[in-house]
Amino acid sequence: MRIFDPHIHMTSRTTDDYEAMHAAGVRALVEPAFWLGQPRTNVGSFTDYFDALVGWERFRAAQFGIAHHCTIALNPKEANDPRCAEVLDVLPRYLAKDGVVAVGEVGFDSMTAAEEKAFVRQLELAVEFELPAMVHTPHRDKEQGTRRTLELVADSGLTPGMVVVDHLNEVTVDQVDEAGCWMGFSIYPDTKMDEHRMVAILRRRVELGRGLGRVLVNSAADWGRSDPLKTARTGAAMLEAGFTDDDVDRVLWRNPIEFFGQSGRLLLDDDATSDAITDATATFEGNSVLRGSRD
Amino acid sequence: MTDIRPLADPDTVRAALDDAARQRHDALTAEVAADPSRLGRTFPAAARQTGRGPLPGLDGVLLEDAVRVGLVRAAAQGLDADTLLAELRELYRYGDSDEKRAVLHALAGAPAELDGSDLLHDALRTNDTRLVAAAMGPHSDRLDDDAWRQGVLKCLFTGVPVAAVTGLATRADRELAEMVQRYRREREAAGRDVPPDVQVVLDACSASPRHSDRKGS
Ligand SMILES: [Zn+2]
Repeated sequence: MRIFDPHIHMTSRTTDDYEAMHAAGVRALVEPAFWLGQPRTNVGSFTDYFDALVGWERFRAAQFGIAHHCTIALNPKEANDPRCAEVLDVLPRYLAKDGVVAVGEVGFDSMTAAEEKAFVRQLELAVEFELPAMVHTPHRDKEQGTRRTLELVADSGLTPGMVVVDHLNEVTVDQVDEAGCWMGFSIYPDTKMDEHRMVAILRRRVELGRGLGRVLVNSAADWGRSDPLKTARTGAAMLEAGFTDDDVDRVLWRNPIEFFGQSGRLLLDDDATSDAITDATATFEGNSVLRGSRD
Repeated sequence: MTDIRPLADPDTVRAALDDAARQRHDALTAEVAADPSRLGRTFPAAARQTGRGPLPGLDGVLLEDAVRVGLVRAAAQGLDADTLLAELRELYRYGDSDEKRAVLHALAGAPAELDGSDLLHDALRTNDTRLVAAAMGPHSDRLDDDAWRQGVLKCLFTGVPVAAVTGLATRADRELAEMVQRYRREREAAGRDVPPDVQVVLDACSASPRHSDRKGS
């Protein structure tokens, strides 16, 4: 089983985790810029953090045979602190870099005006830098937050296929699907979403003829109670439920490459991306989105 | 106005690119030569617009490093040494680890009047072996003896091959030998193997013209 974890905060994890992830099949990942638990109070704290995401953490992952990518953004929680607003001005420097495969995590935490302003501005940056956007949905009042999120995405001019709306559940998946966005699921060791419910969602999609496309499964592991092997456990649960090895490969490897490949910034060799290109060209009707550079 | 030595022969670099990538490479180079202030915009994107990976025919040289040093070289033609150094500091400050390494390689080909040792110090504070290796290249002649010896020791500690260290044969001295012997004793006391490069450095120390030098003399 080869795995691309499209959402995991390795900064908060140990080298034991890297070792265990590699043993479980993880060969690539995306680390979205997010909240560190302790609120930051100035722009410098963010730039040092962003530098670590494109520097030290990339090196650390490489030591364990894992290709590290990241997304860069001012997250919704800290968007509420006026001392952090200037982070928006330094983002362009980072959004120009190799290995920065999306703008994110953006979105809503408490649905405030400041959050919406930062969200809208960062969707504009995604359009400007031709990058996908990774959108975090609030853990409280998720349904309403997801609805407003999809309105703002529609207004932004960003193609729905360039947006993943993350942390979905049974209640929010369909509206994201209907909007044409990618559906992200974070599998936690508690009640928010587990691998068996994930398999039930996948099975329902197949039964409804919607297939396994536009679905991303991640561990969202961070400094909180979480499990960096939840992607592998979801793969195992899929096999137990009768999905094929190819289905698992599609969801856990080719789908993330297809989505983040739209950035033109993945740091994977051609072999790793070639079979995903086949899926991508099928999806986008011959318009290969993974190849070549974007000028 | 400032000459930067290329990391690899420009023809070798161009030959390693396919037609489309070579065209982009030439366009980027021309853009920066015409307006050196474009360096900050072109440098980060250079690898994905041209290519990355080992440069055929040149052991240990990466294509993306050679391309980025080439861009610095093109910009440097229109910049005096101070302005170029300021530009390199900006590229380094906001660079990812690949960009930082390319800046260190550009410094390796810089003329004598240009001193970017502050960037070497930053690189040597990291534990990124690719940065440590690049920092101990030709520009490390700007480091004072204490910093240089610590750099050599860090190479032994982090597994950077000391073949990457410039000036080992001439600069190794008794002080460095004593530091490395203490390191070896520590490894042996712990029952750990001693990396072969330890002996390489000790041999360089005893053969060096500075072997009899004492610290501060
Ligand atoms: Zn997250």
